[in-house]
Amino acid sequence: MGLTITEKILANASRKSEVASGDVVIADVDIVMAHDSTAPLAVEGLYKIGKKVFDPDKIVIVFDHFFPAPSVDAARLHQKVRNFVTEQKIPNFFTDGVCHQILVEKFVSPGNVIVGADSHTCTEGAVGAFSTGLGSTDIAGAMATGKCWFKIPESLEFNLSGSPEKGVYAKDVILNIIGQVGADGALYKAAEFTGDYVKNASVSSRLTLCNMAVEMGAKNGIIEADEKTRNFLGREGKIFESDKDAVYEDEYEIQVDTIGPQVACPPTVDNVKPVTSVEGEKIDQAYIGTCTNGRSEDIEIATKILKGKRIAENVRLLVIPASTKIYLDTFGKGYLQEIIKSGGIICNPGCGPCVGRHEGVLAEGETCISTQNRNFSGRMGHPKAEIYLASPATVAASALAGEIVDPRGYV
Amino acid sequence: MRAWKFGNDVNTDLITPGRYTITTDKTKLGKIAFIEHRPEFAREVKAGDIIVAGENFGCGSSREHAPVAIKAAGVSAVLAKSFARIFFRNAINIGLPLFVCEEVDRIDDGDLVEINFETGQIRDKTKDMVLKAKPLPKFIQKIVEKGGLVNFLRSEGYV
Repeated sequence: MGLTITEKILANASRKSEVASGDVVIADVDIVMAHDSTAPLAVEGLYKIGKKVFDPDKIVIVFDHFFPAPSVDAARLHQKVRNFVTEQKIPNFFTDGVCHQILVEKFVSPGNVIVGADSHTCTEGAVGAFSTGLGSTDIAGAMATGKCWFKIPESLEFNLSGSPEKGVYAKDVILNIIGQVGADGALYKAAEFTGDYVKNASVSSRLTLCNMAVEMGAKNGIIEADEKTRNFLGREGKIFESDKDAVYEDEYEIQVDTIGPQVACPPTVDNVKPVTSVEGEKIDQAYIGTCTNGRSEDIEIATKILKGKRIAENVRLLVIPASTKIYLDTFGKGYLQEIIKSGGIICNPGCGPCVGRHEGVLAEGETCISTQNRNFSGRMGHPKAEIYLASPATVAASALAGEIVDPRGYV
Repeated sequence: MRAWKFGNDVNTDLITPGRYTITTDKTKLGKIAFIEHRPEFAREVKAGDIIVAGENFGCGSSREHAPVAIKAAGVSAVLAKSFARIFFRNAINIGLPLFVCEEVDRIDDGDLVEINFETGQIRDKTKDMVLKAKPLPKFIQKIVEKGGLVNFLRSEGYV
């Protein structure tokens, strides 16, 4: 019986010749990540265990959820984690980007097993790694032992074919999928994306697809690594491929040329509608950034729409590159300058207002359209603020119009 | 113990909104459980009460603050049709008992419910009926028996 990529990576990391879905394995982990929001509880967990980290080089700590500190409480947590980093001699400590972007830029190789104390750790599967989100105590355990237990998940195959029409992007494709399967449609499972659309897609677009796998409940998102992946990473790693006779619990065939721009409407990510059905909805804030859509490709798409124009009065446009590397790249290309001239605000690389802690919190009754991955009530501020999720093109075009619009008239 | 009934897809932003979780203080977290989604919860919940929910309870963020807040509020167990996977692991790791039961629709908000933690038998005293929870997988039962992940790692010789 054939195996999927996910099964092969987990078998390899747990030194087994074969595994089957449902087996519990104890795997070696290559990278253990925590950020400023989850590291404090992980640090407390590790102190309870009473051991040092198993290998300081394999631990990555990123301050991205509320950096620079917006309050004394936040500063205190930062201080606690900084002390931990110093005391455990952890060399990989960053404050210049969203954790998943930092991991992909600096650490991840195909075939790796990555655990991160952040649900969107499924993002890194886009480069052919097994990567999954865990809570702080699991991360404390992995920091102490270099190991983690996993139940081998069943895999779902999402076979994406065709070319999207102009104005339609990876974000629209993944929103469409989540709308079809629902918030628990892939619960506990591996979501593997295949097909000619995925092969032709940039690594940036593949990261967008895998990033949102958790929004349908998946344990991990995964895409087979290829030459494009290796060029993007600049690292070799070990490429695993799913066997032709690999077993998938379900297979979805999706023609991306039939998908138009999509919007996830408040208050759940699976409440997905075509943008045409919510056109005219007034917005107060537009946000382009995050681990979902804060890369150079996304900022380029937005810049092309915004260049030489002015955003609507009474709309705040926030653009936050997902890392310093992206910040410098998009600055070097002149994109950020164009966004600033159009009325946009650029903030330091990080999660920005996606978690509602700083840099663009919403008031009661306000509406935001964002490229982020969650639109739950209270996510970005007041529980009665509304959040729509869309592609960078839809968000940029809507910022110009002051209301949600179909980006196809702008690209 | 009183049952607090919730629907499907209760996410961690509803349990512990991100704006309230810039702390590791368990007492503070206990006071903010469902603070905006159901403000009366933290005020009225009594030690031993039970949360009863639908599918995919705890979806969203990996924040362990969510099960920590529920436990610190005094809740003795969460009963649901299914759990989101990170929440599930987090709750087991910190020693918040979880039970998976398909028939939770039969329990109403405010019912008096008793769970036998050994057998997974659920007794709704208000309706005088008995429901049965699915047993947890063996590997996970071991972690539960040890009272959470830290003790499990110790007892199995991992640390």
